Amino acid sequence: MDTQNITQAFSAGKGQTSQLPNGTILVDRYMIQEVIGIGGMGAVYRARALHFPNVVKLVAVKEMINTARDMLVRQTIVQNFEREAHILVTLSHPSIPKIFDFFTHDTRSYLVLEFINGKDIEAVLRETQTFLSEDRVIGWAIELCDVLSYLHKHKPEPIIFRDMKPSNVMINQDDHIVLVDFGIAKLFKEGQKGTMIGTEGYSPPEQYRGEATPKADIYSLGATLHHILTRRDPRLEAPFTFLERPVRQINPAVSIELETIINTALQYNPADRFPSTEVMKEALIMAAKKTGALSRISQPIITTSQDQRIKALWTFKCEDEIRGSPALENNSLYIGAYDNNLYSLNAATGDFLWKYAAEGGIVSRPIILDGSVYFGSEDNGLYAVSARTGKQVWNFKADGPIRCSPRVAEGHIFFGSDDEHLYAVNMVTGKMIWRTEVAGPIRSSPFITSEYIYFGTEYGEVFCMDFRGQTKWRFISKRGVTSSPLVEQGVIFFASLDSTFYALDAKSGWSLWRFRMAKGSISSPAKFLNLVYVGSADGNIYCLDANTSKEVWHFKTDHQVSGSPVVYKDSVYCGSADGNLYCLDHRTGRLKWKFSTGGPITGTPVVNNDIVYIGSHDHILYALLA
Amino acid sequence: MLSFLKKLLKKDARQTTVIPNDGQTAPLTEDQLSIVSTTSVIHHPPQVLVGTAQSVGMQRENNEDSLFVINLIMSDSVSQLPFGLYIMADGMGGYLHGEVASRAAVRAFADYISRKLIPSLISIDSGPLNESLQELMEEGVREAQQAVLRRAPGGGTTLTAALLLGEQVTLAHVGDSRAYFIYPDGRIQPMTNDHSLVKRLLDLGQLTEEQARNYPQKNVLYRALGQLDPFKPDILSHMMPHPGYMVLCSDGLWGVLPDLEIFQIITSAANPSEACQSLVDAANGAGGPDNISVIVVQYLN
Repeated sequence: MDTQNITQAFSAGKGQTSQLPNGTILVDRYMIQEVIGIGGMGAVYRARALHFPNVVKLVAVKEMINTARDMLVRQTIVQNFEREAHILVTLSHPSIPKIFDFFTHDTRSYLVLEFINGKDIEAVLRETQTFLSEDRVIGWAIELCDVLSYLHKHKPEPIIFRDMKPSNVMINQDDHIVLVDFGIAKLFKEGQKGTMIGTEGYSPPEQYRGEATPKADIYSLGATLHHILTRRDPRLEAPFTFLERPVRQINPAVSIELETIINTALQYNPADRFPSTEVMKEALIMAAKKTGALSRISQPIITTSQDQRIKALWTFKCEDEIRGSPALENNSLYIGAYDNNLYSLNAATGDFLWKYAAEGGIVSRPIILDGSVYFGSEDNGLYAVSARTGKQVWNFKADGPIRCSPRVAEGHIFFGSDDEHLYAVNMVTGKMIWRTEVAGPIRSSPFITSEYIYFGTEYGEVFCMDFRGQTKWRFISKRGVTSSPLVEQGVIFFASLDSTFYALDAKSGWSLWRFRMAKGSISSPAKFLNLVYVGSADGNIYCLDANTSKEVWHFKTDHQVSGSPVVYKDSVYCGSADGNLYCLDHRTGRLKWKFSTGGPITGTPVVNNDIVYIGSHDHILYALLA
Repeated sequence: MLSFLKKLLKKDARQTTVIPNDGQTAPLTEDQLSIVSTTSVIHHPPQVLVGTAQSVGMQRENNEDSLFVINLIMSDSVSQLPFGLYIMADGMGGYLHGEVASRAAVRAFADYISRKLIPSLISIDSGPLNESLQELMEEGVREAQQAVLRRAPGGGTTLTAALLLGEQVTLAHVGDSRAYFIYPDGRIQPMTNDHSLVKRLLDLGQLTEEQARNYPQKNVLYRALGQLDPFKPDILSHMMPHPGYMVLCSDGLWGVLPDLEIFQIITSAANPSEACQSLVDAANGAGGPDNISVIVVQYLN
């Protein structure tokens, strides 16, 4: 009957399952005070034992209501309930509740147990918001190993608990653990299609082959610790995926020692796990000593000593902050600065080639096409200058500062301005073809597909326009959209200052999914395969699955991330206002290296030929080995 | 053919400046293009053709599958917006359980989505909803779960639902019914992951193919509507193959016919309805051990 402990079938039929009212007296001995828990087969009550009229002795009364219609199933359920009672009678351990009584009454059976004043770990997790401390969890884990060792050494037969999970572990007033629920039979149902298992999420693979050994309890303990430390309920995940979701990826504060112990316990192959709970306990004690958990020293500090390794290939200093982003073309690098200049540099050496002085700061990314560099400035001008010489070809004046990056399509330059217009200007002549008024400044750079132009406004609207400037659809977010949209596979992605990252159907503007961030964002997304990357003012660089909208990973920087990520080979490169340029593994978010600049980074890097170029508010443009 | 190529090339030329190639849309070979070229008529607005078929099979007494289709097209000066809702559910738990469960799940899901979505889709005044389509689908699954618990206690059901809006398909999936996409280049791709224990154990290398075939609990699902444990459905959005097909089916079809045969029957049929009938006939011809239900959606643009 191994499978019974892992089998939780469909809902039991309703009826005759009502709870006992408070004040009910059972078999003249136990007065029900309150329901303290509801399980699959009945309630658990706190009751007062009436044997001792002068003392208040509290007990836990566990009820099992047998609603099975099939006689055989009915009998099995009763037998299992009795088995729990018989197991408990033979046990004596501080982490196992004492049993006082056992009786059956109509369709209901009752176990009277020691009352544990405390709550189970599932409730502890529910009532807290943040990760539990590693010390505390290691303390519980050691006690759980102790009680499992006691059970596994039981004579004549070892007892396999088989149902280790947070809701079966109580934490009492002194922060010690007590194991509860010694195998109440769960409904076992044979359907036409076969047995259906609602997996508990904590059971090892071999349990589904009918094997139950002490190693199964070790796995389930690992699963329980994983759940406690990550706050991720394994019942909501596909079964046996713990190793794909290592603890520290979700909760980086956990020591590598503890993660290793949990991973060992969670090995799919029983032979690869700890040989016994005693050995696992020793490993936990070692880890606790090493991380200082035993002497209550706080979290280990993770140091990245590697960042010293990264040296700039060359640097170039402008006369004021670099807020915008560099562009690369034919071995020349083009970068605008807040000193009003657009610079052209030799990308290999950093040697100065020429500069062009506008009358206002340049905060966007220039674009180079057919021998000309096009860029906007806060002086309201859109400039076309020769890429080779820096001589002006033409200059077009908008009615407000140009802070977005111009985009080119169909022989036209498209850009928005703080004057609340989207412009289309002829690339060759610099003459305006049309402009369309929208409510709100446009700082988001337009994205252009073969049919439409997409951009956001500071008043929170996102537009889809055709090449004549006619609005096809309009989407309204609650705050400004400075983020430049990205359109791929018929989906438009952008971030908003309303703390949301959006994915809309590019054809209709209908929202496919939303992802909530802790703060707003002006960062523009990048995409590689099915993964979308974006920064946020909450300090994180996020990686989201574009199809499922699930977070794949996030990386926490020390300040707002206003710049935008780029993906190159296996890495994501992104700057932060904390002054660092981060290089992260694009699949896991693991830090490969970081490079510190002397000021915030708000621009987007460009990577080419294994060299990454980034500007910083410290006035310097850096060329680094990617 | 030529105009199609031209269109493709023109698009590509623009893509070099604006659309990063994400590797998902590999260029078509000549052979693959020939499949597409048979449907080179340009449809405006895009056409969505739907076929369905259902059979109790050759060995079962009663049908526990349920399916559901809504198809809607709007075309005017502002937009050409195809909308479709396609739902497949395979009930389990025996007489008066499985059939009630799949029926309740499908009705509750369809009721919720159509009440939430269709008014704002059709009304000239209201724009897109505040909730995202993925949130709606997730809520729809919650409604379906409630309906199963209420109306079919003791029963359970799979649920695979696809919502087509514009060119995007949003899927909600629980259990082992399947959704496939068929692309014009000849790929048939499962878009859902079976929530079955045997599949998971197989993926982990805990069972061999041989062991999996003979596994006693072959049909055991670790996730289905009607279960008491909390669960999350798989929710995902993908671009509809255009032109191309989407197939929703119960395991009575995919458990009997290999993917390649499903592909061949569909792409050689005159229309989706004929494709569905041929699929059911083929499954019954192979023994028909279980109920068979199938929805084929063809997208022409």
